[in-house]
Amino acid sequence: MSEESKQFLKSIVFQLNKEEYAMPVDLVGSIERMMHITRVPGTPNFVKGVLNLRGVVTPIIDLRSRFGFDDLSYTESTRMIIIHPNNMEVGLIVDAAYDVIDIPNEKIEPAPEVVGTERIEYIDGVAKLEDRLLILLNIDKVLSHESIKSLAK
Amino acid sequence: MEMNEYLDVFIEESKEHIQSLNDHLLELEKNPTNLDTVNEIFRSAHTLKGMSATMGFQDLADLTHKMENVLDAVRNNKLSIDSNILDVVFNAVDELESMVFDIIGGGEGKKDVSVLVNQLQAIEKGESINLENKDANNQESKTSTSLQIGNLDQFETAVLQQSAEKGFFNYQLTVTLQKTCLLKAARVYMIFEILEQIGEVIKSEPTVSELEDENFEFDFTVILVTKDSVDEVKQKVLKVSEIDTVEVEEFSLDNLHNSETALVEAETELQNNVTPNNTTSKKEVKDSVKEQVTSKTIRVNIERLDALMNLFEELVIDRGRLEQISGTLRNNELQETVERMSRISGDLQNIILNMRMVPIDQVFNRFPRMVRQLAKDLDKKIDLQIFGADTELDRTVIDEIGDPLVHLIRNALDHGIETPAIRKEKGKPEEGVLKLNAYHSGNHVFIEISDDGAGINREKVINKAVSNGVITLDEANTLTDSQVYQLIMESGFSTADQISDISGRGVGLDVVRNTIESLGGNIMIDSNNGQGSVFSIQLPLTLSIISVMLVEVQEEKFAIPLSSIIETSIVNKKDIMQAHNKQVIDFRGKVVPLISVKEVFNVPGELTDEEYFSTVIIRQGDKMAGLIVDTFIGQQEVVLKSLGNYLTDVFAISGATILGDGQVALIVDTNALIK
Repeated sequence: MSEESKQFLKSIVFQLNKEEYAMPVDLVGSIERMMHITRVPGTPNFVKGVLNLRGVVTPIIDLRSRFGFDDLSYTESTRMIIIHPNNMEVGLIVDAAYDVIDIPNEKIEPAPEVVGTERIEYIDGVAKLEDRLLILLNIDKVLSHESIKSLAK
Repeated sequence: MEMNEYLDVFIEESKEHIQSLNDHLLELEKNPTNLDTVNEIFRSAHTLKGMSATMGFQDLADLTHKMENVLDAVRNNKLSIDSNILDVVFNAVDELESMVFDIIGGGEGKKDVSVLVNQLQAIEKGESINLENKDANNQESKTSTSLQIGNLDQFETAVLQQSAEKGFFNYQLTVTLQKTCLLKAARVYMIFEILEQIGEVIKSEPTVSELEDENFEFDFTVILVTKDSVDEVKQKVLKVSEIDTVEVEEFSLDNLHNSETALVEAETELQNNVTPNNTTSKKEVKDSVKEQVTSKTIRVNIERLDALMNLFEELVIDRGRLEQISGTLRNNELQETVERMSRISGDLQNIILNMRMVPIDQVFNRFPRMVRQLAKDLDKKIDLQIFGADTELDRTVIDEIGDPLVHLIRNALDHGIETPAIRKEKGKPEEGVLKLNAYHSGNHVFIEISDDGAGINREKVINKAVSNGVITLDEANTLTDSQVYQLIMESGFSTADQISDISGRGVGLDVVRNTIESLGGNIMIDSNNGQGSVFSIQLPLTLSIISVMLVEVQEEKFAIPLSSIIETSIVNKKDIMQAHNKQVIDFRGKVVPLISVKEVFNVPGELTDEEYFSTVIIRQGDKMAGLIVDTFIGQQEVVLKSLGNYLTDVFAISGATILGDGQVALIVDTNALIK
């Protein structure tokens, strides 16, 4: 049993632009409903601002604008996934977050190469589970400062 | 083994007692006849002796014991304090401190102190009784404890004079409450309400706040200005129940002057009559000293405070929600309860916020003593000036900053300030000035150590650096002055011509720089050859409370640190002038550029055309600027928080704070806006 479970990637699944994404669950601190966000001037437009998360000022990134999708007004199902990569604390706004699943490692395939896309760098791979297609995010790349700078230009 | 668990407590308390010894000894040096100070010293020494004996640190206990004997002799007027005795006692305290530090370092606190012990014994035996002194002291303490209306300040005297001229009466009321009175503060409140109705209370003794805290026996005295007659006043006051007696006398300013001049002879009278005189200032001094000593502390782990703080902030958010809910439901009972809760949690918030903060005085307070000693050792004359000792810093920073500061001060005294002879030659006053200045600015605390000594010699630094292989000669020529000064903080660098035991082992300043950088701060050096140097330490506020002015721009709230605000003003549109296509105003004869917060921060919303602009005038150094905002919300104490590791280097934003309603407000870095 335990040997088998090692080959799973426990992931949180969230929805963005009608597609399903996944990231490792151990990065995730909590999932929050939308609350008041204070805009921070002079930051890239995908940084929505900061909010007070139980006394910690937490920056919030809108994944839609980070990935260049159309803006969509927030709905009842909009969630913020609070993650803690490398001593940071960042919240990601997603359309919905509803599932934690185990993705077997053998189901993970490298991301399909598409010519001329630079966005590919933050995708670790895709996983096909029955009829679902999950896109595995590389959070470090999503948050990396180089990408912030290049996007800000 | 079981002693180990007490060791921490012992060390902490010993440190406190040694600090208190130092403080009081310095005070005693200034005012050698004050027996209260001697008593305090004696008490600290006595406690220290008891503790160290219990812990088995025999040398420590012995030395304290001898010291205590000398102090006891002084206390009982068998000895009078002179500078020789003080020097020996100071030395003894130094030895005690080094023993305690040995214990901290894991040692056993053993040290050969026989010389000091002999000295102390010699002092103890050398009897020189000064009875006159003692009498004077006794009398002084007697007069100062009697109840009197304190010194009237100029303002109060002026009010009394004017009121007398305009046909008001000045009365002095002494109210005595019944011994059975339970709620003294409540009675006091009622009396004051009546007094305020019929006139104005100019002064009260004890002070109003002391009265409110029930910090008095059963009687108190006030000076009242009113048009009512003596009897009317008396009757009105007596309407309040549980009052024993009310004495109303005319209070005339002539009495005041007379009594002041007659003070010397009229000591016995003073005890019986309630008359203004000028010994109260002495009493106040004594009171404040007592307060310091008697304030009790407990030690709490900082992590617990952090947890408490975070929990409390969550509570604040819920409080905000409750307020909203009660606002919409309009249920009276609910509203009342919520208001009450808001008030209480407001008080709670203040307490929690302040708990982690420690005034930098905790570090500064050991410097007068240190500088005194160093000045003696080095044969220099030093005037130590301390500013901003009440600047509050996070406890964690306070704990770390002490050693680097000690180093810098030693450095300034040893290398910076010249000997009196050289200073005279250079045309400077013999006494060198060493200034310690601490202040908040934006997201940082600055600590400046400046001296008016020799300054840093660029050539000397370069020569040394080149000969030590820190830099090459070619590099040296391209360096700016401030880069050269930074060199003295490279490891393996010592500029003193002669290595002394105060500083100059060449391991100093780089350690200082490392410590400060490990705290996330930095250190800058500025110097004028021949004029002195300034070491300026910039420290981040990991968690710090600052006063800010909250302003609103459209829907967004910003906090501007009060320390950088000169004033707020409303600017008329027609007063705005154009200078090189920039908007400026004339502010008290100075041309001040205007900055629109809306534009700088790209606040969304329409640009409205208004007649008047709310402007916050900010300052950095001698430069000023006016920030145009929409509305001023008010002044508030807030906790500074960083924006986290993800958002670094946001332009003109130094951090964030969480407001009472749980929302985040950004703190404006005014320094960035002025540049």
